[in-house]
Amino acid sequence: MTNEEKHQLAVAACQVRIGIIMSTHAAKAGHPGGSLSAAEVFAYLYNRELRIDPKNPQWEDRDRFVLSKGHAAPGLYAALAYRGFFPVEDLLTLRHIGSYLQGHPCMNTVPGVDMSTGSLGQGVSCAAGMAKAAKYLGNGANIYALLGDGEIAEGEVWEAFLFAAHYRLDNLCVLIDLNGLQIDGATKDVMNLEPVDAKLEAFGFNVVSVDGHDFDALESAFAFFHGCQGQGKPTAILLYTVKGKGVSYMENQVSWHGKAPNDAEYEIAMDELTAALAELEAAQ
Amino acid sequence: MSDVKKIATRESYGNTLVELGRAHSDVVVLDADLAAATKTCIFQKVFPERHFNFGIAEENMIAAAAGMAAMGLVPFASSFAMFAAGRAYEQVRNSVGSPHLNVKIGASHGGISVGEDGASHQCCEDFALMRTIPGMAVLCPADDVEAKAAVRAAYEWDGPVYLRFGRLAVPVFHEEAGFTFQIGKGEVLTQGNDVAILATGLLVYEALLAAQALKNEGISARVINLCTIKPLDEELVVAAARECGKVITCEEHSVIGGLGEAVAALLSETQPTPMRRIGVQDVFGYSGPAAELLKQFGLCGSHIAEVARAFVRG
Repeated sequence: MTNEEKHQLAVAACQVRIGIIMSTHAAKAGHPGGSLSAAEVFAYLYNRELRIDPKNPQWEDRDRFVLSKGHAAPGLYAALAYRGFFPVEDLLTLRHIGSYLQGHPCMNTVPGVDMSTGSLGQGVSCAAGMAKAAKYLGNGANIYALLGDGEIAEGEVWEAFLFAAHYRLDNLCVLIDLNGLQIDGATKDVMNLEPVDAKLEAFGFNVVSVDGHDFDALESAFAFFHGCQGQGKPTAILLYTVKGKGVSYMENQVSWHGKAPNDAEYEIAMDELTAALAELEAAQ
Repeated sequence: MSDVKKIATRESYGNTLVELGRAHSDVVVLDADLAAATKTCIFQKVFPERHFNFGIAEENMIAAAAGMAAMGLVPFASSFAMFAAGRAYEQVRNSVGSPHLNVKIGASHGGISVGEDGASHQCCEDFALMRTIPGMAVLCPADDVEAKAAVRAAYEWDGPVYLRFGRLAVPVFHEEAGFTFQIGKGEVLTQGNDVAILATGLLVYEALLAAQALKNEGISARVINLCTIKPLDEELVVAAARECGKVITCEEHSVIGGLGEAVAALLSETQPTPMRRIGVQDVFGYSGPAAELLKQFGLCGSHIAEVARAFVRG
Protein backbone atom coordinates (compact mmCIF):
# COMPACT_ATOMS: atom_id res chain seq x y z
CA MET A 1 0.00 0.00 0.00
CA THR A 2 1.42 3.40 -0.95
CA ASN A 3 1.42 6.31 1.48
CA GLU A 4 -1.11 7.97 -0.78
CA GLU A 5 -3.46 4.98 -0.52
CA LYS A 6 -3.00 4.79 3.22
CA HIS A 7 -3.75 8.47 3.47
CA GLN A 8 -6.95 8.03 1.49
CA LEU A 9 -8.02 5.25 3.83
CA ALA A 10 -7.33 7.46 6.85
CA VAL A 11 -9.53 10.14 5.29
CA ALA A 12 -12.24 7.56 4.59
CA ALA A 13 -12.14 6.29 8.19
CA CYS A 14 -12.40 9.86 9.47
CA GLN A 15 -15.41 10.44 7.21
CA VAL A 16 -17.01 7.26 8.54
CA ARG A 17 -16.54 8.64 12.08
CA ILE A 18 -18.06 11.98 11.09
CA GLY A 19 -21.01 10.09 9.54
CA ILE A 20 -21.47 8.08 12.75
CA ILE A 21 -21.54 11.19 14.94
CA MET A 22 -23.78 13.16 12.56
CA SER A 23 -26.28 10.34 12.15
CA THR A 24 -26.54 9.25 15.78
CA HIS A 25 -26.81 12.89 16.88
CA ALA A 26 -29.60 13.48 14.37
CA ALA A 27 -31.31 10.25 15.43
CA LYS A 28 -30.90 11.06 19.14
CA ALA A 29 -30.19 7.33 19.44
CA GLY A 30 -27.97 4.58 18.11
CA HIS A 31 -24.67 2.91 18.87
CA PRO A 32 -21.63 5.13 18.35
CA GLY A 33 -19.10 3.15 20.45
CA GLY A 34 -19.02 -0.08 18.46
CA SER A 35 -19.41 1.80 15.19
CA LEU A 36 -16.35 3.97 15.88
CA SER A 37 -14.21 0.97 16.86
CA ALA A 38 -14.86 -0.50 13.40
CA ALA A 39 -14.31 2.70 11.37
CA GLU A 40 -10.96 1.58 9.93
CA VAL A 41 -12.22 -1.85 8.92
CA PHE A 42 -15.34 -0.32 7.33
CA ALA A 43 -13.12 2.10 5.40
CA TYR A 44 -10.73 -0.66 4.36
CA LEU A 45 -13.46 -3.06 3.29
CA TYR A 46 -15.45 -0.57 1.22
CA ASN A 47 -12.49 1.22 -0.35
CA ARG A 48 -9.95 -1.53 -0.86
CA GLU A 49 -11.11 -5.04 -0.11
CA LEU A 50 -14.64 -5.75 -1.36
CA ARG A 51 -15.33 -6.31 -5.04
CA ILE A 52 -18.41 -4.12 -5.31
CA ASP A 53 -19.97 -1.56 -7.60
CA PRO A 54 -21.86 1.32 -5.98
CA LYS A 55 -23.67 1.87 -9.29
CA ASN A 56 -24.84 -1.73 -9.34
CA PRO A 57 -25.37 -2.79 -5.74
CA GLN A 58 -27.10 -6.03 -6.80
CA TRP A 59 -24.24 -7.16 -9.06
CA GLU A 60 -24.45 -10.95 -8.82
CA ASP A 61 -20.75 -11.73 -8.55
CA ARG A 62 -19.99 -9.08 -5.94
CA ASP A 63 -18.42 -9.92 -2.64
CA ARG A 64 -20.88 -9.88 0.25
CA PHE A 65 -20.52 -8.15 3.58
CA VAL A 66 -22.74 -9.09 6.52
CA LEU A 67 -22.75 -6.80 9.54
CA SER A 68 -23.47 -9.46 12.13
CA LYS A 69 -23.04 -6.82 14.85
CA GLY A 70 -25.99 -5.01 13.27
CA HIS A 71 -26.08 -2.25 15.87
CA ALA A 72 -22.94 -0.80 14.22
CA ALA A 73 -25.26 0.25 11.38
CA PRO A 74 -24.22 3.93 11.64
CA GLY A 75 -20.68 2.90 10.68
CA LEU A 76 -21.86 0.71 7.80
CA TYR A 77 -24.23 3.39 6.51
CA ALA A 78 -21.50 6.03 6.64
CA ALA A 79 -19.07 3.78 4.75
CA LEU A 80 -21.71 3.06 2.09
CA ALA A 81 -22.72 6.69 1.75
CA TYR A 82 -19.17 8.00 1.37
CA ARG A 83 -18.50 5.19 -1.12
CA GLY A 84 -21.36 6.47 -3.27
CA PHE A 85 -24.15 3.98 -2.61
CA PHE A 86 -26.51 6.75 -1.49
CA PRO A 87 -26.35 10.46 -0.60
CA VAL A 88 -24.29 11.36 2.47
CA GLU A 89 -27.00 13.80 3.63
CA ASP A 90 -29.40 10.86 4.02
CA LEU A 91 -27.32 9.77 7.02
CA LEU A 92 -29.18 12.49 8.94
CA THR A 93 -32.42 10.51 8.53
CA LEU A 94 -31.06 7.56 10.55
CA ARG A 95 -33.78 5.99 12.70
CA HIS A 96 -36.32 8.60 11.63
CA ILE A 97 -39.85 7.55 10.72
CA GLY A 98 -40.01 6.83 7.00
CA SER A 99 -36.24 6.60 6.56
CA TYR A 100 -34.69 3.66 4.76
CA LEU A 101 -31.83 3.85 7.24
CA GLN A 102 -33.40 1.73 9.96
CA GLY A 103 -31.85 1.29 13.39
CA HIS A 104 -30.43 -2.03 12.22
CA PRO A 105 -29.52 -2.83 8.59
CA CYS A 106 -32.28 -3.81 6.16
CA MET A 107 -31.23 -5.46 2.89
CA ASN A 108 -34.50 -4.61 1.17
CA THR A 109 -34.20 -0.85 1.52
CA VAL A 110 -30.53 0.14 1.80
CA PRO A 111 -28.42 0.00 -1.37
CA GLY A 112 -25.29 -2.01 -0.60
CA VAL A 113 -26.62 -3.88 2.42
CA ASP A 114 -26.34 -7.58 1.62
CA MET A 115 -28.21 -9.01 4.63
CA SER A 116 -30.68 -7.79 7.20
CA THR A 117 -29.20 -8.13 10.66
CA GLY A 118 -29.60 -6.86 14.18
CA SER A 119 -30.36 -9.91 16.26
CA LEU A 120 -26.88 -10.95 17.37
CA GLY A 121 -25.46 -14.28 16.26
CA GLN A 122 -27.60 -14.62 13.15
CA GLY A 123 -25.55 -12.62 10.67
CA VAL A 124 -22.58 -14.95 10.81
CA SER A 125 -24.88 -17.91 10.10
CA CYS A 126 -26.31 -16.03 7.12
CA ALA A 127 -22.76 -15.32 5.92
CA ALA A 128 -21.82 -18.99 6.28
CA GLY A 129 -24.90 -19.91 4.25
CA MET A 130 -23.88 -17.36 1.60
CA ALA A 131 -20.37 -18.80 1.47
CA LYS A 132 -21.75 -22.30 1.04
CA ALA A 133 -24.12 -21.03 -1.67
CA ALA A 134 -21.27 -19.26 -3.47
CA LYS A 135 -19.33 -22.54 -3.51
CA TYR A 136 -22.37 -24.44 -4.81
CA LEU A 137 -23.03 -21.82 -7.48
CA GLY A 138 -19.37 -21.71 -8.44
CA ASN A 139 -19.28 -17.94 -8.28
CA GLY A 140 -16.08 -16.50 -6.94
CA ALA A 141 -17.64 -14.23 -4.35
CA ASN A 142 -15.94 -13.90 -1.00
CA ILE A 143 -18.16 -13.44 2.03
CA TYR A 144 -17.18 -11.22 4.95
CA ALA A 145 -18.93 -11.00 8.31
CA LEU A 146 -18.16 -8.55 11.10
CA LEU A 147 -19.04 -9.66 14.62
CA GLY A 148 -18.74 -7.97 17.98
CA ASP A 149 -16.82 -9.58 20.80
CA GLY A 150 -19.84 -9.63 23.10
CA GLU A 151 -21.79 -11.23 20.24
CA ILE A 152 -19.72 -14.39 20.22
CA ALA A 153 -21.28 -15.45 23.51
CA GLU A 154 -24.26 -16.45 21.35
CA GLY A 155 -24.21 -20.22 20.85
CA GLU A 156 -25.36 -19.90 17.26
CA VAL A 157 -22.03 -18.24 16.39
CA TRP A 158 -20.19 -21.43 17.26
CA GLU A 159 -22.70 -23.50 15.29
CA ALA A 160 -21.82 -21.30 12.31
CA PHE A 161 -18.09 -21.71 12.96
CA LEU A 162 -18.45 -25.51 13.04
CA PHE A 163 -20.38 -25.38 9.79
CA ALA A 164 -17.81 -23.12 8.08
CA ALA A 165 -14.95 -25.44 8.96
CA HIS A 166 -16.89 -28.63 8.17
CA TYR A 167 -17.77 -27.41 4.69
CA ARG A 168 -14.27 -25.99 4.10
CA LEU A 169 -15.57 -22.48 3.43
CA ASP A 170 -12.28 -20.79 2.58
CA ASN A 171 -14.28 -18.05 0.87
CA LEU A 172 -15.52 -16.92 4.30
CA CYS A 173 -13.68 -14.22 6.23
CA VAL A 174 -14.93 -13.72 9.79
CA LEU A 175 -13.92 -10.41 11.37
CA ILE A 176 -14.31 -9.94 15.10
CA ASP A 177 -14.20 -6.47 16.59
CA LEU A 178 -12.58 -7.07 19.97
CA ASN A 179 -13.12 -3.72 21.62
CA GLY A 180 -13.41 -5.39 25.00
CA LEU A 181 -16.63 -3.73 26.10
CA GLN A 182 -20.29 -4.66 25.92
CA ILE A 183 -23.50 -3.19 27.34
CA ASP A 184 -23.10 -4.50 30.86
CA GLY A 185 -19.39 -3.82 31.17
CA ALA A 186 -16.02 -5.28 30.21
CA THR A 187 -16.40 -8.41 28.12
CA LYS A 188 -13.94 -10.24 30.39
CA ASP A 189 -16.28 -9.54 33.33
CA VAL A 190 -19.63 -10.13 31.62
CA MET A 191 -18.66 -13.39 29.92
CA ASN A 192 -15.01 -14.07 29.41
CA LEU A 193 -14.17 -15.08 25.82
CA GLU A 194 -10.44 -15.47 25.97
CA PRO A 195 -8.53 -17.02 24.41
CA VAL A 196 -10.51 -16.19 21.26
CA ASP A 197 -7.67 -17.09 18.89
CA ALA A 198 -7.16 -20.54 20.39
CA LYS A 199 -10.90 -21.19 20.38
CA LEU A 200 -11.16 -20.31 16.69
CA GLU A 201 -8.09 -22.35 15.82
CA ALA A 202 -9.64 -25.29 17.63
CA PHE A 203 -12.79 -24.75 15.56
CA GLY A 204 -10.76 -25.12 12.36
CA PHE A 205 -10.07 -21.51 11.37
CA ASN A 206 -6.93 -19.83 10.13
CA VAL A 207 -6.57 -17.02 12.65
CA VAL A 208 -4.71 -13.72 12.58
CA SER A 209 -4.80 -11.03 15.27
CA VAL A 210 -4.16 -7.40 14.36
CA ASP A 211 -4.52 -3.83 15.55
CA GLY A 212 -7.88 -2.97 14.01
CA HIS A 213 -6.97 0.70 13.64
CA ASP A 214 -3.74 0.11 11.67
CA PHE A 215 -4.14 0.00 7.89
CA ASP A 216 -0.85 -1.82 7.29
CA ALA A 217 -2.00 -4.47 9.75
CA LEU A 218 -5.38 -4.70 8.03
CA GLU A 219 -3.68 -5.05 4.66
CA SER A 220 -1.55 -7.93 5.93
CA ALA A 221 -4.60 -9.55 7.56
CA PHE A 222 -6.60 -9.53 4.34
CA ALA A 223 -3.53 -10.74 2.45
CA PHE A 224 -3.40 -13.59 4.96
CA PHE A 225 -7.06 -14.40 4.16
CA HIS A 226 -6.39 -14.48 0.43
CA GLY A 227 -3.22 -16.50 0.97
CA CYS A 228 -5.23 -19.11 2.85
CA GLN A 229 -7.84 -19.47 0.13
CA GLY A 230 -7.75 -22.76 -1.68
CA GLN A 231 -6.67 -24.58 1.47
CA GLY A 232 -10.19 -25.42 2.60
CA LYS A 233 -10.26 -23.50 5.87
CA PRO A 234 -12.21 -20.37 6.77
CA THR A 235 -10.28 -17.36 8.06
CA ALA A 236 -10.84 -15.28 11.19
CA ILE A 237 -9.31 -11.84 11.60
CA LEU A 238 -9.30 -10.69 15.21
CA LEU A 239 -9.40 -6.92 15.30
CA TYR A 240 -8.11 -5.48 18.56
CA THR A 241 -9.74 -2.07 18.79
CA VAL A 242 -10.74 0.75 21.10
CA LYS A 243 -14.45 1.24 21.60
CA GLY A 244 -15.43 4.82 20.79
CA LYS A 245 -12.10 5.37 18.96
CA GLY A 246 -11.58 8.86 17.58
CA VAL A 247 -13.85 10.78 19.95
CA SER A 248 -11.87 11.54 23.11
CA TYR A 249 -14.64 11.27 25.67
CA MET A 250 -16.11 8.10 24.12
CA GLU A 251 -12.90 6.06 24.01
CA ASN A 252 -13.03 2.98 26.22
CA GLN A 253 -16.23 4.19 27.86
CA VAL A 254 -18.89 1.52 28.07
CA SER A 255 -21.56 4.21 28.53
CA TRP A 256 -21.16 5.14 24.85
CA HIS A 257 -22.24 1.71 23.64
CA GLY A 258 -25.78 2.72 22.89
CA LYS A 259 -26.49 6.41 23.34
CA ALA A 260 -26.26 9.44 21.08
CA PRO A 261 -24.27 12.59 21.76
CA ASN A 262 -26.34 15.59 22.87
CA ASP A 263 -25.83 18.97 21.19
CA ALA A 264 -22.84 19.97 23.33
CA GLU A 265 -21.21 16.55 23.01
CA TYR A 266 -21.87 16.62 19.29
CA GLU A 267 -19.99 19.93 18.97
CA ILE A 268 -16.96 18.54 20.79
CA ALA A 269 -16.91 15.34 18.73
CA MET A 270 -17.30 17.21 15.45
CA ASP A 271 -14.56 19.66 16.42
CA GLU A 272 -12.21 16.79 17.11
CA LEU A 273 -13.07 14.89 13.95
CA THR A 274 -13.02 17.88 11.61
CA ALA A 275 -9.66 18.89 13.10
CA ALA A 276 -8.39 15.37 12.47
CA LEU A 277 -9.67 15.52 8.90
CA ALA A 278 -8.12 18.96 8.33
CA GLU A 279 -4.82 17.64 9.65
CA LEU A 280 -4.97 14.74 7.22
CA GLU A 281 -5.76 17.05 4.34
CA ALA A 282 -2.95 19.43 5.32
CA ALA A 283 -0.52 16.52 5.50
CA GLN A 284 -1.25 15.55 1.91
CA MET B 1 -63.14 -45.25 2.67
CA SER B 2 -61.88 -48.20 4.73
CA ASP B 3 -59.29 -49.71 2.39
CA VAL B 4 -57.51 -46.48 1.44
CA LYS B 5 -53.79 -46.46 0.90
CA LYS B 6 -51.81 -44.71 3.66
CA ILE B 7 -48.71 -42.56 3.24
CA ALA B 8 -47.06 -40.13 5.67
CA THR B 9 -46.87 -36.59 4.27
CA ARG B 10 -43.17 -36.41 5.25
CA GLU B 11 -42.66 -39.18 2.68
CA SER B 12 -44.47 -37.07 0.07
CA TYR B 13 -42.13 -34.19 0.97
CA GLY B 14 -38.98 -36.24 0.40
CA ASN B 15 -40.25 -37.62 -2.90
CA THR B 16 -41.31 -34.25 -4.24
CA LEU B 17 -37.98 -32.68 -3.33
CA VAL B 18 -36.35 -35.12 -5.74
CA GLU B 19 -38.79 -34.13 -8.47
CA LEU B 20 -38.05 -30.43 -7.82
CA GLY B 21 -34.32 -31.14 -7.70
CA ARG B 22 -34.45 -32.71 -11.15
CA ALA B 23 -36.31 -29.74 -12.60
CA HIS B 24 -34.52 -26.87 -10.84
CA SER B 25 -30.82 -26.52 -10.12
CA ASP B 26 -31.50 -23.77 -7.55
CA VAL B 27 -33.18 -26.20 -5.15
CA VAL B 28 -30.99 -27.15 -2.19
CA VAL B 29 -32.04 -29.13 0.86
CA LEU B 30 -30.88 -28.52 4.40
CA ASP B 31 -31.32 -30.80 7.36
CA ALA B 32 -30.22 -30.94 10.97
CA ASP B 33 -29.37 -34.60 11.57
CA LEU B 34 -32.91 -35.78 10.94
CA ALA B 35 -32.72 -36.62 7.24
CA ALA B 36 -33.93 -40.18 7.81
CA ALA B 37 -36.97 -38.91 9.70
CA THR B 38 -37.86 -35.80 7.69
CA LYS B 39 -37.32 -37.91 4.55
CA THR B 40 -34.88 -35.47 2.98
CA CYS B 41 -32.68 -38.59 2.86
CA ILE B 42 -34.58 -39.44 -0.34
CA PHE B 43 -33.24 -36.24 -1.90
CA GLN B 44 -29.81 -36.80 -0.38
CA LYS B 45 -29.46 -40.15 -2.16
CA VAL B 46 -30.11 -38.59 -5.56
CA PHE B 47 -28.43 -35.21 -5.02
CA PRO B 48 -25.74 -35.60 -2.34
CA GLU B 49 -23.98 -32.42 -3.50
CA ARG B 50 -27.14 -30.41 -2.88
CA HIS B 51 -28.07 -31.81 0.51
CA PHE B 52 -26.38 -29.96 3.36
CA ASN B 53 -26.40 -31.48 6.81
CA PHE B 54 -26.00 -28.93 9.58
CA GLY B 55 -25.72 -31.36 12.46
CA ILE B 56 -27.97 -30.69 15.41
CA ALA B 57 -27.95 -26.92 14.95
CA GLU B 58 -31.33 -25.64 13.78
CA GLU B 59 -30.70 -21.96 14.53
CA ASN B 60 -27.65 -21.91 12.29
CA MET B 61 -29.49 -23.93 9.64
CA ILE B 62 -32.38 -21.49 9.34
CA ALA B 63 -30.19 -18.36 9.27
CA ALA B 64 -27.82 -20.02 6.79
CA ALA B 65 -30.86 -20.85 4.63
CA ALA B 66 -31.61 -17.11 4.62
CA GLY B 67 -28.06 -16.45 3.40
CA MET B 68 -28.47 -19.05 0.66
CA ALA B 69 -31.75 -17.49 -0.44
CA ALA B 70 -30.03 -14.10 -0.56
CA MET B 71 -27.60 -15.69 -3.04
CA GLY B 72 -30.50 -16.76 -5.27
CA LEU B 73 -30.95 -20.38 -4.19
CA VAL B 74 -34.26 -21.88 -3.06
CA PRO B 75 -33.43 -23.71 0.16
CA PHE B 76 -35.79 -26.21 1.75
CA ALA B 77 -34.71 -26.31 5.39
CA SER B 78 -35.96 -29.32 7.30
CA SER B 79 -36.30 -30.46 10.85
CA PHE B 80 -39.05 -31.48 13.23
CA ALA B 81 -41.74 -28.82 13.68
CA MET B 82 -40.68 -28.42 17.29
CA PHE B 83 -37.18 -27.32 16.33
CA ALA B 84 -37.81 -25.59 12.98
CA ALA B 85 -40.65 -23.42 14.27
CA GLY B 86 -39.86 -23.60 17.97
CA ARG B 87 -36.15 -23.55 18.62
CA ALA B 88 -35.32 -21.55 15.51
CA TYR B 89 -38.34 -19.24 15.78
CA GLU B 90 -36.28 -16.11 16.11
CA GLN B 91 -34.08 -16.98 13.14
CA VAL B 92 -37.23 -17.60 11.10
CA ARG B 93 -38.62 -14.25 12.20
CA ASN B 94 -35.53 -12.09 11.86
CA SER B 95 -33.36 -13.67 9.18
CA VAL B 96 -36.07 -15.17 6.94
CA GLY B 97 -39.33 -13.33 7.65
CA SER B 98 -38.19 -9.76 8.10
CA PRO B 99 -36.24 -9.57 4.80
CA HIS B 100 -38.94 -11.80 3.19
CA LEU B 101 -36.37 -14.25 1.88
CA ASN B 102 -37.31 -17.17 -0.33
CA VAL B 103 -36.79 -19.92 2.25
CA LYS B 104 -39.07 -22.96 2.46
CA ILE B 105 -39.27 -24.60 5.86
CA GLY B 106 -40.20 -28.26 5.65
CA ALA B 107 -41.23 -29.24 9.16
CA SER B 108 -42.08 -32.84 9.80
CA HIS B 109 -43.40 -34.52 12.95
CA GLY B 110 -45.99 -31.85 13.65
CA GLY B 111 -48.69 -32.44 16.26
CA ILE B 112 -49.67 -35.12 18.76
CA SER B 113 -49.35 -37.93 16.20
CA VAL B 114 -45.57 -37.92 16.71
CA GLY B 115 -46.65 -40.55 19.22
CA GLU B 116 -44.23 -42.37 21.46
CA ASP B 117 -41.60 -39.60 21.70
CA GLY B 118 -44.01 -37.66 23.87
CA ALA B 119 -44.49 -34.02 24.82
CA SER B 120 -40.98 -32.72 24.12
CA HIS B 121 -41.40 -33.58 20.43
CA GLN B 122 -45.16 -33.09 19.92
CA CYS B 123 -45.27 -29.58 18.52
CA CYS B 124 -48.77 -28.12 18.76
CA GLU B 125 -47.71 -24.48 18.61
CA ASP B 126 -46.12 -24.13 15.17
CA PHE B 127 -49.14 -22.66 13.35
CA ALA B 128 -49.38 -20.00 16.05
CA LEU B 129 -45.69 -19.13 15.89
CA MET B 130 -45.47 -19.06 12.11
CA ARG B 131 -48.78 -17.22 11.57
CA THR B 132 -47.53 -14.22 13.51
CA ILE B 133 -44.65 -13.62 11.09
CA PRO B 134 -45.66 -11.08 8.43
CA GLY B 135 -45.53 -12.49 4.90
CA MET B 136 -45.14 -16.12 5.99
CA ALA B 137 -47.37 -18.66 4.21
CA VAL B 138 -48.39 -21.54 6.48
CA LEU B 139 -49.44 -24.86 4.93
CA CYS B 140 -50.52 -28.17 6.43
CA PRO B 141 -51.40 -30.72 3.73
CA ALA B 142 -53.92 -33.46 4.40
CA ASP B 143 -52.60 -36.38 2.38
CA ASP B 144 -49.95 -37.52 -0.06
CA VAL B 145 -51.53 -35.99 -3.15
CA GLU B 146 -52.01 -32.61 -1.53
CA ALA B 147 -48.59 -32.67 0.17
CA LYS B 148 -46.83 -33.21 -3.15
CA ALA B 149 -48.79 -30.38 -4.72
CA ALA B 150 -48.07 -28.14 -1.74
CA VAL B 151 -44.31 -28.69 -2.00
CA ARG B 152 -44.42 -27.83 -5.71
CA ALA B 153 -46.52 -24.75 -5.00
CA ALA B 154 -44.11 -23.69 -2.24
CA TYR B 155 -41.25 -23.74 -4.73
CA GLU B 156 -43.22 -21.52 -7.12
CA TRP B 157 -44.33 -19.15 -4.33
CA ASP B 158 -42.20 -16.03 -4.07
CA GLY B 159 -41.36 -15.72 -0.38
CA PRO B 160 -41.09 -17.75 2.79
CA VAL B 161 -43.33 -20.79 3.27
CA TYR B 162 -43.79 -22.98 6.33
CA LEU B 163 -44.91 -26.52 5.46
CA ARG B 164 -46.03 -28.88 8.20
CA PHE B 165 -45.85 -32.61 7.56
CA GLY B 166 -46.78 -35.57 9.72
CA ARG B 167 -44.93 -38.62 10.95
CA LEU B 168 -47.96 -40.90 10.78
CA ALA B 169 -49.07 -42.63 7.58
CA VAL B 170 -52.48 -41.17 6.73
CA PRO B 171 -55.14 -42.14 4.18
CA VAL B 172 -54.73 -40.83 0.64
CA PHE B 173 -58.22 -39.62 -0.22
CA HIS B 174 -57.47 -37.20 -3.05
CA GLU B 175 -57.39 -38.44 -6.62
CA GLU B 176 -54.11 -37.58 -8.31
CA ALA B 177 -55.79 -37.09 -11.69
CA GLY B 178 -57.24 -33.64 -12.09
CA PHE B 179 -56.10 -32.48 -8.66
CA THR B 180 -55.30 -28.80 -8.52
CA PHE B 181 -53.75 -26.87 -5.69
CA GLN B 182 -53.26 -23.21 -5.00
CA ILE B 183 -51.76 -21.62 -1.90
CA GLY B 184 -54.48 -19.58 -0.21
CA LYS B 185 -57.39 -21.57 -1.65
CA GLY B 186 -59.53 -23.92 0.42
CA GLU B 187 -61.25 -26.98 -0.96
CA VAL B 188 -64.92 -27.88 -0.45
CA LEU B 189 -65.06 -31.65 -0.03
CA THR B 190 -68.71 -32.20 0.84
CA GLN B 191 -71.77 -30.04 0.27
CA GLY B 192 -73.96 -29.27 3.25
CA ASN B 193 -75.71 -26.46 5.06
CA ASP B 194 -76.27 -27.59 8.65
CA VAL B 195 -72.72 -27.08 9.83
CA ALA B 196 -69.37 -26.20 8.26
CA ILE B 197 -66.42 -28.33 9.35
CA LEU B 198 -63.16 -26.57 8.53
CA ALA B 199 -60.19 -28.88 8.92
CA THR B 200 -56.49 -28.97 8.18
CA GLY B 201 -53.87 -31.71 7.99
CA LEU B 202 -54.76 -35.24 9.03
CA LEU B 203 -58.05 -34.02 10.50
CA VAL B 204 -59.47 -33.42 7.03
CA TYR B 205 -59.95 -37.15 6.50
CA GLU B 206 -61.39 -37.45 10.00
CA ALA B 207 -63.82 -34.64 9.17
CA LEU B 208 -64.91 -36.60 6.09
CA LEU B 209 -65.56 -39.65 8.29
CA ALA B 210 -67.57 -37.44 10.63
CA ALA B 211 -69.57 -35.98 7.73
CA GLN B 212 -70.47 -39.46 6.54
CA ALA B 213 -71.70 -40.48 9.98
CA LEU B 214 -73.65 -37.24 10.32
CA LYS B 215 -75.23 -37.73 6.91
CA ASN B 216 -76.66 -41.05 8.07
CA GLU B 217 -78.30 -39.13 10.89
CA GLY B 218 -79.76 -36.50 8.60
CA ILE B 219 -77.20 -33.76 9.30
CA SER B 220 -75.53 -32.27 6.23
CA ALA B 221 -72.02 -31.05 6.92
CA ARG B 222 -69.92 -28.94 4.59
CA VAL B 223 -66.37 -30.19 4.97
CA ILE B 224 -63.74 -27.70 3.87
CA ASN B 225 -60.06 -28.54 3.65
CA LEU B 226 -57.95 -25.55 4.64
CA CYS B 227 -54.44 -26.67 3.81
CA THR B 228 -53.40 -23.03 3.75
CA ILE B 229 -53.76 -21.62 7.24
CA LYS B 230 -52.20 -18.36 6.11
CA PRO B 231 -53.15 -16.60 3.89
CA LEU B 232 -56.59 -17.88 4.85
CA ASP B 233 -59.24 -18.37 2.15
CA GLU B 234 -61.45 -15.72 3.71
CA GLU B 235 -64.11 -15.72 1.02
CA LEU B 236 -64.69 -19.45 1.31
CA VAL B 237 -64.75 -19.37 5.12
CA VAL B 238 -67.14 -16.42 5.32
CA ALA B 239 -69.49 -17.97 2.74
CA ALA B 240 -69.52 -21.26 4.64
CA ALA B 241 -70.28 -19.45 7.89
CA ARG B 242 -73.06 -17.43 6.30
CA GLU B 243 -74.66 -20.40 4.58
CA CYS B 244 -74.25 -22.97 7.38
CA GLY B 245 -74.64 -20.74 10.43
CA LYS B 246 -72.38 -22.96 12.51
CA VAL B 247 -68.65 -23.53 12.19
CA ILE B 248 -66.39 -26.19 13.63
CA THR B 249 -62.62 -26.00 13.20
CA CYS B 250 -60.40 -29.10 13.49
CA GLU B 251 -56.62 -29.06 13.80
CA GLU B 252 -53.85 -31.15 15.29
CA HIS B 253 -52.60 -28.06 17.10
CA SER B 254 -53.36 -26.07 20.21
CA VAL B 255 -56.75 -24.37 20.08
CA ILE B 256 -54.71 -21.29 20.93
CA GLY B 257 -53.26 -19.46 17.96
CA GLY B 258 -53.96 -21.90 15.17
CA LEU B 259 -56.63 -22.42 12.51
CA GLY B 260 -59.48 -22.12 15.00
CA GLU B 261 -58.39 -18.72 16.22
CA ALA B 262 -57.63 -17.54 12.69
CA VAL B 263 -61.19 -18.44 11.64
CA ALA B 264 -62.68 -16.99 14.84
CA ALA B 265 -60.83 -13.72 14.32
CA LEU B 266 -62.06 -13.46 10.74
CA LEU B 267 -65.67 -14.34 11.49
CA SER B 268 -65.97 -12.18 14.60
CA GLU B 269 -65.18 -9.15 12.46
CA THR B 270 -67.11 -10.05 9.31
CA GLN B 271 -69.72 -12.73 9.90
CA PRO B 272 -70.19 -13.45 13.63
CA THR B 273 -71.03 -17.14 13.79
CA PRO B 274 -71.26 -19.67 16.65
CA MET B 275 -68.16 -21.88 16.63
CA ARG B 276 -66.63 -24.94 18.20
CA ARG B 277 -62.86 -25.44 18.09
CA ILE B 278 -61.50 -28.97 18.03
CA GLY B 279 -57.79 -29.20 18.78
CA VAL B 280 -55.38 -29.70 21.64
CA GLN B 281 -56.99 -28.00 24.62
CA ASP B 282 -54.06 -26.05 26.09
CA VAL B 283 -52.29 -29.11 27.45
CA PHE B 284 -49.04 -30.91 26.65
CA GLY B 285 -49.13 -34.30 24.98
CA TYR B 286 -47.68 -37.55 26.25
CA SER B 287 -46.24 -40.81 24.94
CA GLY B 288 -48.32 -43.46 23.24
CA PRO B 289 -49.23 -44.93 19.88
CA ALA B 290 -50.30 -42.13 17.53
CA ALA B 291 -53.74 -43.52 16.69
CA GLU B 292 -54.60 -43.97 20.35
CA LEU B 293 -53.34 -40.49 21.24
CA LEU B 294 -55.41 -38.90 18.49
CA LYS B 295 -58.51 -40.59 19.95
CA GLN B 296 -57.66 -39.51 23.49
CA PHE B 297 -57.20 -35.91 22.39
CA GLY B 298 -60.47 -35.94 20.48
CA LEU B 299 -58.72 -35.57 17.14
CA CYS B 300 -60.80 -38.17 15.33
CA GLY B 301 -63.93 -38.55 13.24
CA SER B 302 -66.10 -39.85 16.04
CA HIS B 303 -65.32 -36.88 18.29
CA ILE B 304 -65.88 -34.41 15.45
CA ALA B 305 -69.25 -36.07 14.77
CA GLU B 306 -70.13 -35.91 18.45
CA VAL B 307 -69.31 -32.20 18.67
CA ALA B 308 -71.23 -31.50 15.45
CA ARG B 309 -74.27 -33.45 16.58
CA ALA B 310 -74.51 -31.60 19.88
CA PHE B 311 -73.84 -28.29 18.13
CA VAL B 312 -76.51 -28.75 15.43
CA ARG B 313 -79.17 -30.21 17.69
CA GLY B 314 -78.02 -27.82 20.44
